Amino acid sequence: MARFSKLVPVLYIIFLMLPIYWLLNMSFKTTNEILGTFSLWPNEFTLENYRVIFTDPTWYMGYVNSLIYVSINTVLSVAVALPAAYAFSRYRFLGDKHLFFWLLTNRMAPPAVFALPFFQLYSAVGLFDTHIAVALAHTLFNIPLAVWILEGFMSGVPKELDETAYVDGYPFWRFFVKIFIPTVAAGIGVAAFFCFMFSWVELLLAKTLTAVDAKPIAATMTKTASSSGYELGLLAAAGSLTIVPGAFVIYFVRNYIAKGFALGRV
Amino acid sequence: MKKTLNHKAWLFVVPVVLLVAFNAVIPLMTVVNYSVQETFGDNTFFWAGVMWFEQVLHSERFHASLGRQLIFTFTILAIEIPLGVAIALSMPRKGPWVSVCLVMMALPLLIPWNVVGSMWNIFALPDIGLMGYGLNALGFDYNFTRQPGDAWFTLIIMDVWHWTSLVVLLAYAGLVSIPDAYYQAAKIDGAKSWAIFRYIQLPKLKRVLTIAVLLRFMDSFMIYTEPFVLTGGGPGNSTTLLSIDLVKIALGQFDLGPAAAMSLIYFLIILLLSWIFYTLMMRNEAQ
Repeated sequence: MARFSKLVPVLYIIFLMLPIYWLLNMSFKTTNEILGTFSLWPNEFTLENYRVIFTDPTWYMGYVNSLIYVSINTVLSVAVALPAAYAFSRYRFLGDKHLFFWLLTNRMAPPAVFALPFFQLYSAVGLFDTHIAVALAHTLFNIPLAVWILEGFMSGVPKELDETAYVDGYPFWRFFVKIFIPTVAAGIGVAAFFCFMFSWVELLLAKTLTAVDAKPIAATMTKTASSSGYELGLLAAAGSLTIVPGAFVIYFVRNYIAKGFALGRV
Repeated sequence: MKKTLNHKAWLFVVPVVLLVAFNAVIPLMTVVNYSVQETFGDNTFFWAGVMWFEQVLHSERFHASLGRQLIFTFTILAIEIPLGVAIALSMPRKGPWVSVCLVMMALPLLIPWNVVGSMWNIFALPDIGLMGYGLNALGFDYNFTRQPGDAWFTLIIMDVWHWTSLVVLLAYAGLVSIPDAYYQAAKIDGAKSWAIFRYIQLPKLKRVLTIAVLLRFMDSFMIYTEPFVLTGGGPGNSTTLLSIDLVKIALGQFDLGPAAAMSLIYFLIILLLSWIFYTLMMRNEAQ
């Protein structure tokens, strides 16, 4: 029994890796080979699919656009969430509980509900097809999440810290920037990670709010899949490349990721 | 922690409120506007009252997609929550493998949702996909683009693949926070592993599992991209979940009134159920 239970995580990870392996396998094949034969590894190994992506601006600009709006969104969400989370974790104020729940309701809003009104709103203010539009739209669900995570982490910091700093004569903003922010650095990292993650994986709003100049990689992929027949190899290579940024940022938060998912409440 | 009463704390929340209000209140008002008006596509609108709400609430199409949505959400919750806890229980608590496990398990969570859809599409195709080809080679008649049952099977296994790790990570965080002394005490009392799970681990997991259920409920209820890319809602309408149906009506047919009414009903269902989970969670936290 004990020996079997050690196998469970291994089996689970194998299950997780199988579709990824298949995607990678496809990405190194030519379209002819994909459609012609069934093989567990590429018979004619080719980097052609990746070469197309790295040399064609309509492809690689998709990655650049995605990274730009994801970064703007992450910085913006965390920056405005910091003081708000502090207020929620330290003070009671008029309507605080209702406000907190109202923020969370936006995390519950289905993007499908907002797609059309967002398109009209951002067209009306002249931001359609800009990185800022997508970054702002994604704050709808990322700010509530960042506030929630940061509030959890901040509530873990004893209030005596604030009081000591106050007694020592620190003005509030100096205390906040010099002492408090470094204390909750882990929480900020985790909140930033989650903002990055949810902005990176979202497609519906990003696609609705962009046309050419700020088109995300995910939208480039859907267009290619439908317009030029079905270039599976290219699609697989583009898909494989979208896994890279995620794998990269995950490494930095590996020890805090579980705490982050628990919204800082473990 | 005891909090002090200070109404000036509002100043700290103003930026958040302004940004979220811009994104939430204005579009929501647009939706409310459309939901009570009739238009003939020439930018003139007429008051329609609750007509669209009645129409949506009585439409068989809405009932069908809501039904499919509920079946989908409760099926994946019933699989992912117990499976996630079981995997977390069997993971090592210490040592170099912990980080490796966590990073590998978190990987599916960071793949863009349309890529998850295409990946499973390629993986499950009966002629060139590993899973589709494999199942057929084993003698199953599997084709998710033709048979509704197979489409559902693929949709659910895709979601289990995509999101079980979230439950694993949460449950694992809860388990790690249990002090060793609890286990030693249980050992001295001669507790069986079931008793340890029931009386030590499960109570500690209550809070993280509430968060897991809340997040999984909300996100699975809004799921759009993955099933859209995998099956497109087909074959027929068999995997048309609420969001897919809504986008079809709003952006496909441009029926603004019914789409807006449906949006509001949809949003209210999520709000109501999430509010129940949230209240439960806050009550746990207060204890």
